[in-house]
Amino acid sequence: MQKMLRFLFYIVVVGYAGITLGPFIWSIITSLKPTSELNTFAVNIKHLTLDNYKMIITKFPFLRWFINSAIVAAIVTFGNMLFNSMAGYALARINSPGRNLLFLIVLALMMIPGQVVMVPTYILLSKLGWVNTYMGLTIPFLTSNFGIFLMRQFFLTIPRELEEAATIDGMSRFGIFFKIVLPLAKPALATQFIFMFTGNWNSFLWPSLLTSTSDMYTLPVGLNSFYGQYYQFWNQVMAGAILLTLPTIVIFLIFQRYFVRGIATTGLK
Amino acid sequence: MGTKMAMRKRYLYEALTGYAFMLPFIASISIFLIGPLIYAFIISFKEFSFLNPGASRWIGFENYIKLFSDPTFKRALLNTTLYSLGVVPTQLIIALILALIVNSDIKGKTFFRVAYYIPTVTSTVAVSVIFLYLFKADGLVNALLAKFGIQGPTWFYDVRFALPSIMMMAIWSSVGNYMVIFLAGLQDIPSELYEAAEVDGANKFQRFFKITLPMLRPIVFFNLVMSLIGTFQVFDQAYVVSRGTGGPLDATMTVVLYIYRTGFRDFNMGYASAMAFVLFVIILILTLIQRRLFKEETY
Repeated sequence: MQKMLRFLFYIVVVGYAGITLGPFIWSIITSLKPTSELNTFAVNIKHLTLDNYKMIITKFPFLRWFINSAIVAAIVTFGNMLFNSMAGYALARINSPGRNLLFLIVLALMMIPGQVVMVPTYILLSKLGWVNTYMGLTIPFLTSNFGIFLMRQFFLTIPRELEEAATIDGMSRFGIFFKIVLPLAKPALATQFIFMFTGNWNSFLWPSLLTSTSDMYTLPVGLNSFYGQYYQFWNQVMAGAILLTLPTIVIFLIFQRYFVRGIATTGLK
Repeated sequence: MGTKMAMRKRYLYEALTGYAFMLPFIASISIFLIGPLIYAFIISFKEFSFLNPGASRWIGFENYIKLFSDPTFKRALLNTTLYSLGVVPTQLIIALILALIVNSDIKGKTFFRVAYYIPTVTSTVAVSVIFLYLFKADGLVNALLAKFGIQGPTWFYDVRFALPSIMMMAIWSSVGNYMVIFLAGLQDIPSELYEAAEVDGANKFQRFFKITLPMLRPIVFFNLVMSLIGTFQVFDQAYVVSRGTGGPLDATMTVVLYIYRTGFRDFNMGYASAMAFVLFVIILILTLIQRRLFKEETY
C-alpha cells in the first residue's frame, strides 16, 4: 500500500514536469524541422536543421528585435535594481518626514492596474516625441512599486547593529548603503533581478503601444506580428518563440538557487 | 545649545539623505503614475480623442452611464469574471500541491522545482503561439486525443472552447509563481510544530490541516489577491490568440482588451479611461472583501 502510494506520487511528480516541459520540447523539435515535414508528427533526426533560425535572423528582423529587447531590458533592469533598492532602503531605515505616507502610496499604487494610466501616459510620451524611441520604452519603467516593496521588506530584516557600527566609524549613509547593506542583499537582489528582467523582457502591452515601426519592435511585439503574417510556417514561428524564451530561462537557471531564499527573506507573503 | 544645533543639523542631513535615496522613485511615480492617474480621471468625464483634442468636451458621467448598457463591455466583464473564477482557485490548488511536492524529500528536488517554474518565466506571447500550435485543429493535442477515439475541438477558434483554452494556458504558465511563494511560506513554518504534532501522534493529514494550512493563511491571502489582480488584468493571451479582435464572437474579449481597443483603435480615450477606473474599483472591492474574509494583517 505504502509502495503503491509512493509510486502514484512519483507519477504525479514526473507527469506534471512532462506537462510543463512537453510544450517546450515539442516546439524546439518543430523549430528544427524542415518545412516539408511540418505536416507529420514523425521526427526524422537526420533532417533536423538550424535553417529556420538562420531564416528568421537573416530574412526577417528578429536579430534587430532581439537587440532592441536586450537594450531595453538591460536599462530597465539596471534602473530598477538601483532605484528600487535605494527607495526600499530609505523607506525601511532613513527617518525622513513623510516616509510612512510614501510607503502607503507604494502599497496603494501596487493595486492600480497599469491600464488605468495607459491613455494619459501614451499621450504624454507622444507629446515628448518618445513614441518609437528607446527613451519611451525605458524611462517610464525605471522604478517599480512591487520591487520597492520587496526591497523594503528585505532591508527590515537586516540587523541594525551593522549600520550603527559603520556610522560610529564615520561612514556616510551612501557608503553604508553601497558597501554594507547592498552586499548583504544578494538573495533579494537576485529575486528582484529575475522578476524585473523577465517582466520587462516579456512585456507586450506597453511595447506594442509605444512602437509602431518594425525597427523599434521588441521581440514579443515582433514575434506577434511575424506570427500574424507567417502563421503557416510553424517551424519559423517556433524558432522565434524559442529565441524569445531562451534568455529568460537561462537567466532563471543561473539565479534560481538564490530565488526561494530571496522570496523567503523578503517576506513577500 | 551647540549640541542641539548639531543634532538639528544631523536630523536635517538624515532627512535630506532619505529624500535623495527616494528621488528617482518619487520623480518616476509623480510623472508616470500619479500625474497620468489624475489626467485619466479627468478625461473619463470627457468625450476625448487623442487625434482631435480640440474637439473634446465635458460630458459628466455619460461615459460611466454608457458602460452599463454597452453589450461588449458586459460581455468583456462576464468573460473576465468567468476567467478569474476558473483560473484563481485552480492555479492556487495546483500551486499548493506542487509546493508541497518540491518541499518534500523527493529525489531531484531542484530539477522539479525548476521544471515547474519554467513556464512562469516564459513570455505570454511565446506561450500563446506555442499553445496555438499544440492546440490547432490538426495539432499534437488533437492527434493524441484521436488515439483515444476523441474528436478534439478547434480549441482557440471554437466559441465554446476559446475562453477555457486561454484559462488553461494561463494556469499552465503562472502556477509556478504561486508555487514558489507557497514554498517560501512552507519553509518558514517552524519544524518544532511538526515534531510536537508527531509526538502527539498526529498523522500526515492532521498535520496538514492543523498546522500547514493555518500557518500558510497569510500566504494564501497574498496569493489570492495577486492571482485575482492578475486575472482581472488579462490581456496578452487574449490579444495574441484572437489577433486583437476578442473573437470568435467576443468569446475572448476581456476588459483590458476592450479598453485597449476603445482607446487605441477607436481613439475613444475618455470612454476607455472610464472603463479602466471601473476595472480598478472592481479589483479594489474584491481585494477588500478578501481582506475581510481573511481578517488577517498581511503587510
